[in-house]
Amino acid sequence: MKDLPEIGCSNTPVLKQRGQREVFCGLTGIIWLHRKMQDAFFLVVGSRTCAHLLQSAAGVMIFAQPRFGTAILEEKDLAGLADSQTEIDREVARLLARRPDIKQLFLVGSCPSEVIKLDLAKAAQRLSAQFAPHVRVLNYSGSGIETTFTQGEDACLAAMVPVLPATQDAGLILVGALPDVVEDQALALLAEMGITHVTCLPARRAGEMPAIGPNTRFALVQPFLGDTLDALQKRGAQHIPAPFPFGAEGTTLWLRAIADLYGVSDEVFARVTAAPRARAEKAIAAATETLGGKSVFFFPDSQLEIPLARFLTRECGMTAIEVGTPYLHRDLMAPELALLAQGPVLSEGQDVDLQLDRARAARADLTVCGLGLANPLEAEGMATKWAIELVFTPVHFYEQAGDLAGLFARPLRRRALLAPLSAPVAPAVEAAE
Amino acid sequence: MKLSLWTYEGPPHVGAMRVATAMKGLHYVLHAPQGDTYADLLFTMIERRDHRPPVSYTTFQARDLGADTATLFKTTAQDAVARFAPQAIIVGASCTAELIQDDPGGLAATLGLNIPVIPLDLPSYQRKEGFGTDETFLQIVRHLAKPCARSEAITANLIGPTALGFRHRDDITEVTRLLADMGIGVNVVAPMGASPADIARMGAAHFNVLMYPEHAESAARWMQTNLGQPYTKCVPIGVGATRDFLAEVAGLTGLPVRADTSRLRLPWWTRSVDSTYLTGKRVFVFGDGTHVAAAVRIAREEMGFTVAGIGCYNREMARPIRALAQSLGLEAVISDDYLDVEEAIAALQPELILGTQMERHIGKRLGIPCAVISAPVHVQDFPARYAPQMGWEGANVIFDTWVHPLVMGLEDHLLHMFRDDFEFHDAAGASHHGGQHSERVPEAETLVPSMPNADQSNVIWLAPAEKELKKIPFFVRGKARRNTEAYASERGIAAISVETLYEAKAHYARG
Repeated sequence: MKDLPEIGCSNTPVLKQRGQREVFCGLTGIIWLHRKMQDAFFLVVGSRTCAHLLQSAAGVMIFAQPRFGTAILEEKDLAGLADSQTEIDREVARLLARRPDIKQLFLVGSCPSEVIKLDLAKAAQRLSAQFAPHVRVLNYSGSGIETTFTQGEDACLAAMVPVLPATQDAGLILVGALPDVVEDQALALLAEMGITHVTCLPARRAGEMPAIGPNTRFALVQPFLGDTLDALQKRGAQHIPAPFPFGAEGTTLWLRAIADLYGVSDEVFARVTAAPRARAEKAIAAATETLGGKSVFFFPDSQLEIPLARFLTRECGMTAIEVGTPYLHRDLMAPELALLAQGPVLSEGQDVDLQLDRARAARADLTVCGLGLANPLEAEGMATKWAIELVFTPVHFYEQAGDLAGLFARPLRRRALLAPLSAPVAPAVEAAE
Repeated sequence: MKLSLWTYEGPPHVGAMRVATAMKGLHYVLHAPQGDTYADLLFTMIERRDHRPPVSYTTFQARDLGADTATLFKTTAQDAVARFAPQAIIVGASCTAELIQDDPGGLAATLGLNIPVIPLDLPSYQRKEGFGTDETFLQIVRHLAKPCARSEAITANLIGPTALGFRHRDDITEVTRLLADMGIGVNVVAPMGASPADIARMGAAHFNVLMYPEHAESAARWMQTNLGQPYTKCVPIGVGATRDFLAEVAGLTGLPVRADTSRLRLPWWTRSVDSTYLTGKRVFVFGDGTHVAAAVRIAREEMGFTVAGIGCYNREMARPIRALAQSLGLEAVISDDYLDVEEAIAALQPELILGTQMERHIGKRLGIPCAVISAPVHVQDFPARYAPQMGWEGANVIFDTWVHPLVMGLEDHLLHMFRDDFEFHDAAGASHHGGQHSERVPEAETLVPSMPNADQSNVIWLAPAEKELKKIPFFVRGKARRNTEAYASERGIAAISVETLYEAKAHYARG
C-alpha cells in the first residue's frame, strides 16, 4: 500500500441527490447480528411495520424460537395512558423469564420510538441494574430516520464499546460481525504469522467480549463501522487502516497492514499467505471468465459497494459505471478509493427514480440493487444481482473470494444458459404498469 | 406495548399498497421514513411482480424532522404525478408519519392537481393490513364510482382480489367461468386489474360478487346503499359453497342455475375407496376468517374429516368464526399471536393442519402435516400453474393440496402390515437414501419401567408394554403413547401394562 502509483478515485467528486431512498433501515442488521451473538436477544421497541420488516427481511420466516422480537407500541402508549418505561419493564421481565439462556439484551430504537423520544438508554440502565449480573441490557437505534441497513450493526457495536472491560495489555481486535467459519479462517492466518491475543467484536457469547485499552489495536473487517471506529478510538485503541478483506488482493493488503505493524517478516508473510492466496486467485479466475470485460452499476445498499467495485474492477476485469453508496465515510474509504481506477460516477444517497433513469441509460451488463428493484429491472431485460445476498453470505478473506466473484457471475451465467425469451420477458402480472 | 415475534398481518399501509399495486393507473404517495420501502420487495419477490409497486415514499430522515417534512411530502406528490401520470392518487401516512401529523390529505389538496386525490386515514397503532385493504378500496370506490345506467346484458363486478392475495389471480378466472356458464358477464374486476376509470363505471353492473369479505365488504355495502347493487354473501370455495353461490346468483338475477361440472373431480375422488383412510382425520383449521369458514365446510362435508379446532387471526371475522366454532361444539382461537395458535395445536394433536405459512412452520416443529389454505403468503403460494381455490377447479386443487401432506391410505395399510418387519423399522433409515441398512439390534430385556412423558408424570410404563409400544409404527407411536398415558391417568392407573395399551387403543378407536 505504501507505494501505490495511482490516486484512483480519491479526488473524484461525489454525486449527491436527495429523493426517495430505496433502502432498508438499520433494524435489518438484527437478522445477522442475532445469529452471530448466540446468547443475545434483540427487542425492537416499535410498530407493526418494524415487526413486518424483520419478518420479511428474514426471508419471511425462519421460525425456530427467534431471538428477536418487537414490542409493538399501541394507541395507549402514544396517548400517554400507559407509562412506556413500565411497559418496557413488564415485557422485558416476561421475556427474560421465558428465555433464561439470554445473557445480552438489546433494546433497539425504531422510527416511532425515536419520534416520540422514548428514552431507551434510561430503560437499559435500569434493566441492567435489575438483571445484573446475569443479563446486560444495552440500547441502540436501528431507526430508518437515523440509519440505513448496515448502519444498524455499526450502531449496535458502537453501543457495546463503552462497556467493554478495560485492559493495559497489548492485543488486536477484529471488528465487525463475520460468519464463524470466516472469522476462524482470519484468526488462523494471523496465528500462523505469530499474531496472537486476537479477539473479535462482536464475540459469539457475552462472556467472551474483548477487553480494550491504550495498547489495543483494531482492524475493521466491514466498511460500514464509522461510529464504532470513533467509539473504539475514544477508548484509546488504535485503528489499523487498510483496504477491506474482499478478494485475494483486498485480503492480502488487509493482512499486510496488520503484519507490518506486528513486524512480521516478508518470508513469514509469504509462507502463510501464498497457498490460500493462490487458491483464491484460481477461484476468482474461474468467475472472471464470465465477468471479464463486463460493466457493473451499483445502487446504494450496504456501504460494501466501493470495496466490491474495487474487487470487481481490479481482480475480475469488470468496468464500473456507477458506484452508489448510502453513505460515504471518507476516512474509512481512503485506501479503497485510492485503488479504484478513475472512471465510474461515485454517488452517495439516492433519488431512486433519477438513478433508475441513469441505470436504464447505462444498461450495464450487471446491475447490483435491492430486492425491490431486481425483478422489475430483469423484466426490462437487465441482469441484476440482489445486493442483500452480499451481506448474508460469507464473502470475506481468501477462501470466500471465489464465492464472492461467483455471486456476481451466476446471474450472467444463468442468462447465458437459458434459452432466449421472446418478448414480453415476464408474463403479464395483473396491474401496476 | 405487546410483544410480537411473528405477525400474521402487516401494518394498514401495506394493505393500501396491496390495493394500489393490484390496480392500474393509480399511484400511492406515502409519507414514510427511510426503510419503509422494504414493503416493495413483498410484491417484487414473493409475488414475482415485474414492476415496482406504484408507490412514492417521502423517505424522510431525522434531519428532515427539524426542517419541513410537509414540503417534502408536497414535492414527492408533485414529482410522482409528473413522472407516473396516474389517473388518480391515494395519499396517506405510515406509522411514523402518523406521529408527525403532517396531514397528507390536506397537503395534497393544496397542490391543485387535476386528478382525483383520495386521502386515506389508516390508524397504524390500532388496525392492521386487512383493515388497510378494505378501507382503501372503500375510499377509492367512494371517490370514483358514480351512479350510471346498468349494462344491457346482466353483468357483475368481481370485488376483493388484491396483490399478495392467496390465489386471487386464479380465483378471478374461475369465478368468471362460473358466471359465464350462467350467461353473466363481468363488468369490472377490482381492485385487481382495475384503473380509476374502471372504478368509475362499476355502477353499470347488476350486482357485485364479494370474493373476499376481508378486502371489499365495506365497499360492497357502500355500493349496495349508493349504487343499488346487491352483493353475494356466499364465497364459492368448495363444491357445496359453489353450488350455494350459483343459487344465490340465480336469486339475484332471476336466471336459472347453469353449471358445467364436467371438470369437477373432488366428489368422485373423495368417494374412491383409496380415500377411505381420510375418514374422521382430525384437522385444525386456522387462517383468515373467510378461508377458515370455507375450509371447515369442505373438511366436514366433502372430505369426511373431523374438525378438532378452528380459529382466525383477523379480529374483524371473530364473530362469525366464534359462532361457527360454537355450532361445532368448539371454542375458536381468535388470535394474531402464533404462540397461542401453537399451544392450541400442541394440545389438540390434530392429524392435519389446514393453516397459513405460520402453521406450516408450527406443524414442522410438532411433526404434524400441514396444507396451506390462506394468507399470509409465501413465494410458494404463487405457483406457476393454474391453482384456484374457488369454483370447480378450486375444489379439485383443494383435494390434491390437502391430501398431499398425508401418508396415503394404502401406504398406511402396508406400514401396518410390515410394522414389526426386521427390515422395516424406524432405525433402518430410508431405503432410497443409499445409506447402509442397519438391522434391528434386539434390546436387552429389562425389568426397569421406563419414565413416562413429563406431563403425565404419575404414570409409568411396564417393560412389556414399552416393548409392545415399539412395535407400533413410528409415525403414530407418539400419539399412541400420549393416548395411553392420558387414558391411564384419567383412570388412576399408575403402571401401564400391555393390557392398558390395548384398552386405550379400543377406547380411542373410532368407527
